[in-house]
Amino acid sequence: MAGVSYEEGKKQAYRGFVLLGIITIVEVLIALVGNGHVIEGFRLAKWIMYPLMIAFSLYKAYFIVSEFMHMKYEVRGLAMSVVMPTMLLIWAIIAFLQEGSFWGYRRQLIKDKNAIDVNEGKQTGSILKMEELESDIRFF
Amino acid sequence: MATDTVVQEDVQKDESAWSGGAEPFKASYGKLMMWYFLLSDAFTFAGFLIAYGALRFSMPSWPVPDFVFAKIPFYSGGAPLVFVTFMTFVLIVSSVTMVRAVQEGHRGNQSGVVKWMILTVLGGSVFLGCQAWEWVNLISGEGVTITKNPFSSHVEGGTYLSATDLKGEGFQEVKKDNATYYLAAEAADVAKNRYFVKVNHEGENLAGEEFKANDSYLITYSHSSELYEAGAYKTAGGMVAKENYGPKAFGGLFFFITGFHGFHVLSGLIFLLIITINVGSGLYANRGNHYEMVEKIGLYWHFVDLVWVFVFLVFYLL
Repeated sequence: MAGVSYEEGKKQAYRGFVLLGIITIVEVLIALVGNGHVIEGFRLAKWIMYPLMIAFSLYKAYFIVSEFMHMKYEVRGLAMSVVMPTMLLIWAIIAFLQEGSFWGYRRQLIKDKNAIDVNEGKQTGSILKMEELESDIRFF
Repeated sequence: MATDTVVQEDVQKDESAWSGGAEPFKASYGKLMMWYFLLSDAFTFAGFLIAYGALRFSMPSWPVPDFVFAKIPFYSGGAPLVFVTFMTFVLIVSSVTMVRAVQEGHRGNQSGVVKWMILTVLGGSVFLGCQAWEWVNLISGEGVTITKNPFSSHVEGGTYLSATDLKGEGFQEVKKDNATYYLAAEAADVAKNRYFVKVNHEGENLAGEEFKANDSYLITYSHSSELYEAGAYKTAGGMVAKENYGPKAFGGLFFFITGFHGFHVLSGLIFLLIITINVGSGLYANRGNHYEMVEKIGLYWHFVDLVWVFVFLVFYLL
């Protein structure tokens, strides 16, 4: 590692292993405890589990890029030219998850409408009504 | 003219300058281009993972990872997420050995580089072997393919029915092709109306067992009859129903995304091997650039680990 002595770099590499290992174990424990595999009858709510696991994974990614891939020791311009474009993904994730939720909603809507007996004449007009459209992302 | 030639030769000899006289971002051409390749590769993987997210969000239910990935070699009981955690560790270890190889390269320690790179290759191979075992288990053991996904979870509570229960409900017992199934008396379409007594993969009969909504299940794949045996159950409302397949997209997404990652591991292994041989032959020592090639393949190898962090998150944890 540039700017770090050989002995110091060696220590950093093993510290990195311990750190990544511990985070991975914590993540798996959250998944197992949260889904009721460890303590009988005890479960964690998804809105607690998911943000925790996502945060830990993002930290792992940050650590691998900055330490193992030496991004921390590169010129700022290089780091920015690689990291900044990935910010576009924030938009992509929000947009496509919302779109996915909407596919699911539409499929259910069509299923429900198909179940209506046409012969009774209850269903008239347009199949999709604007006020029935869901606009929020459905997070489970 | 004479001075021009001298200047040109000077620039060509100066390896720190691309050809404009100064290095952009104080990085060599090869390293910078490796970074941009990895950036584009990150977008490819992100595209696949986002497609996974969109399809998963569009489904009312999705296979639960700690139920799907609960098998380990040499043990028939359930061990949720244990095997894949082991795989993650193998990859982390091989990342650390790669860091060590790069460090030895900076010191100019040729045999040290070879040693740590061989350990990295070993780690990558173990990871690929584990992935192969996982695929074999899912495909031939449990019957997950890119067109069929027998893993799902119940949308309502109920109780599995036994053979006597089914006959009592007016179902006809049919014995054919090593399988015993039950048909509603008037059923014309056999494939669609085939009900089975629920048996799990260990061969235990689960008739009489109760389950709640959101409980996971696996439609048993029978190797003797080559049929997916969808278990029959009675709903809380007293209706006879059978298990439904889970979202079809699951198998395709799983095999394609982990396969694409595995392909990266495989190609990384091939390049690691080539570079290890070159290090051993003294090729990079002669270049006198502190084993920069080892650094470049190191970047690629850490990227493979980086992608696994996200594959692990979306397929096995969430």
